[in-house]
Amino acid sequence: MIEVSIYRYNPETDKFPYMQKFKFTPPEREIMVLELLTLLKEEDPTLSFRRSCREGVCGSDGMSINGKNSLACITPLSDVLQKNKIDLRPLPGLPVIRDLVVDMTEFYNQYEKIKPFLQNDQPHPEKERLQSPEERSKLDGLYECILCACCSTSCPSFWWNPDKFVGPAALLQAYRFIADTRDTRTEERLESISDPFSVYRCHGIMNCVNVCPKGLNPNKAIGEIKKTLLLRKESGNELIAKSGGT
Amino acid sequence: MKVLNSKNIKKIDFDALIIGGGGSGLRASLELAKSGLNTAVVSKVFPTRSHTVSAQGGITCAIQSADPNDDWKWHMFDTVKGSDYIGDQDAIEYMCAEGPKAVFELEHMGLPFSRTESGRIYQRPFGGQSKDFGKGGQAARTCAAADRTGHALLHTLYQNNVKEGTNFFNEWFAVDLVTNQNGEITGVIAFSVETGEVSYLRSEATVLATGGAGRIYASTTNALINTGDGLGMSLRAGFPAQDMEMWQFHPTGIHGAGSLVTEGCRGEGGYLVNGDGERFMERYAPNAKDLAGRDVVARSMVLEIIEGRGCGPNKDHVHLKLDHLGEDVLNSKLPGICELSKTFAGVDPVYKPIPVVPTCHYMMGGAPTNIHGQVFQQTNGTEAPIQGLFSVGEAACVSVHGANRLGGNSLLDLVVFGRAAGKHINEDLKSGGGVAYANEDDIDKSLERLNCLNESSEGYEVGEVKRELQDVMQKYFGVFRRGEFMEKGTKMLVDIREKTNNLYLKDKSESFNTNRVEALELQNLLEVAEATAISALERTESRGAHARDDYPERDDKNWLCHSLYDPSQKKLKKRDVNFKPQTMEPFPPKVRAY
Repeated sequence: MIEVSIYRYNPETDKFPYMQKFKFTPPEREIMVLELLTLLKEEDPTLSFRRSCREGVCGSDGMSINGKNSLACITPLSDVLQKNKIDLRPLPGLPVIRDLVVDMTEFYNQYEKIKPFLQNDQPHPEKERLQSPEERSKLDGLYECILCACCSTSCPSFWWNPDKFVGPAALLQAYRFIADTRDTRTEERLESISDPFSVYRCHGIMNCVNVCPKGLNPNKAIGEIKKTLLLRKESGNELIAKSGGT
Repeated sequence: MKVLNSKNIKKIDFDALIIGGGGSGLRASLELAKSGLNTAVVSKVFPTRSHTVSAQGGITCAIQSADPNDDWKWHMFDTVKGSDYIGDQDAIEYMCAEGPKAVFELEHMGLPFSRTESGRIYQRPFGGQSKDFGKGGQAARTCAAADRTGHALLHTLYQNNVKEGTNFFNEWFAVDLVTNQNGEITGVIAFSVETGEVSYLRSEATVLATGGAGRIYASTTNALINTGDGLGMSLRAGFPAQDMEMWQFHPTGIHGAGSLVTEGCRGEGGYLVNGDGERFMERYAPNAKDLAGRDVVARSMVLEIIEGRGCGPNKDHVHLKLDHLGEDVLNSKLPGICELSKTFAGVDPVYKPIPVVPTCHYMMGGAPTNIHGQVFQQTNGTEAPIQGLFSVGEAACVSVHGANRLGGNSLLDLVVFGRAAGKHINEDLKSGGGVAYANEDDIDKSLERLNCLNESSEGYEVGEVKRELQDVMQKYFGVFRRGEFMEKGTKMLVDIREKTNNLYLKDKSESFNTNRVEALELQNLLEVAEATAISALERTESRGAHARDDYPERDDKNWLCHSLYDPSQKKLKKRDVNFKPQTMEPFPPKVRAY
């Protein structure tokens, strides 16, 4: 028997959020936290959470599990149980819609702000644009982001300024396009985030790296952006060759 | 709760409405957004959470990178053979010939394909691929972004929709089609999951791009959201579904968890072994071995298990061996698989084989369409498009996959036909096409299901009935099928329909009510399950993925045809397969051997 403590809030009936405790006997086989939630929902159908792929690739079920942002579907229950207890809360820093469901508007706004699409001013060739395996490898560790928001919502800088600081997830994507040899708008991309807030509010706290369920390193990408911005400044706004910023 | 009617809900007008934000929907919406038409995508999840994201191995297409002499006609031959000859050859021809254009467009949009040394798109071998019309050995035709091609493709399409300013109704659930007095489709009833607000989204063209319904089975590689919502809507509206008995069981789902392990593993040189350590596919498919058609490999695995040569203490699975490929290949070509295997099987494929079992993966059937995505129905023996209704991707049956889909052809299907439907709708609407208005009764009729659920004060629990449905399908309509068992299963579905008609919605609130969403999804699953059961029972032969041990042979005399399930009669009709490609001689049916 374990004790599951879950953040509950229904704006239509609850004045304030509260923690609800469930007593639960997990099956003998290993289960993920998502399956725990699914089984509890059968007992209480009013429990709300997002889920889709149930294998860690769609990014729906980011939540705070015992205080650490994680994806419920790839977090084994036995890994996170502490003295037979587990504590589930919505991702911090974003408004709660209901129970474990947060309003991700600010998060998506930041993503859109960095123009998350390839921009190439040359006419399309008839076939694909060529890119060497080495050039392509610069995108590894960047393109795999699943937009689960575990990183940005664990970042104190994002908590203070979710409207002005782009946040680790969107900055990772900003760098994904800066690093792509097929993109021709590097200068414009850098200029658009060169203000004191967009990138420079990152103080290297590294929570993003600690929580990323895909093992990505937004902090490193932010470091590359900062470095490229700095070199660009030093060389009088001249575009630094697209060699990953160095 | 207030009873919803045409007077108390909001109405919003569009030129084109796409239901579903996965690959096919986003490819269609991209085409339409660029055209300047007022287009909206209705997606029950934020688009990048759609199931396309889980596709791994790649998109099959003769782009002549791995082999400069590759030919789309060879790809067409493989696809026709793979379909066990009930794929429509005009549609297959269109898909294979248009494919390279559609794939290069994706690359131009930014899709981060893996690359060859010469800088071109990397292609890997997949099952059922050949050179020179089956005579030239194994081809390598599947374009890949490592083993995350679906993720890369879906994100790229979403990003380009952001670029073009597509309207998104994210986390909106489409409930039912609205049919006017002429029998034309004029949009859908939908509600915001976040606020509960119900609206009539009126449109000149409605595209069902809602994907598959693998969740009719207890064990599936499909996301939890794959509940056949579009097909459920169209079946309830009385429209037919084609080839619904054809469900692909992917050979390599992780034992227990059901997560997909890409065929690309075998393409890169991995192979299956039984409990005796034998590479058993050499016995079943001496030439193609582990890269035979998926239906062939899945059946071989089940036979090994039934005959007592499975792996593990219960001998209930086989092993996928990858360790001989070496750590470098696994990390560069199959990094996602390594991750999934460690998480869900507790096994690092660098050292140990992955326990796998055939798992429900793909719905070859769907809404019958032509290559423009127009949904057809038969009335008194003649076929005509249903005005205003379109379908693309897994929800549709165009039919390029026939009785068995080849790996990598689903991603090609969804971009080629999403694009084609978008182009067609654009041309049609700009040349004066469109549909008449629905009246108040038409709209009220489409609100009935939602009202009924909202007013329920007692009845069956959603979770319980869903499990019952999934168990029936798993038990009686799996890899091998038999008439007497299917009859039993079909009878059980009659009871389950009674229960899904009488669900109790415990949670009546408006904000993010997932209880309501799951109840509506369950009713869609039931529609799809019933169509599957009746179609499977009536097709008295074995072809492609439909394997009956009471009718083990293919019967071209009686069944070289599509099945067309009519939901109003709950009966099966037959529909001719297209054997008339535009530019070449058709491929006649042959014995299918690998």
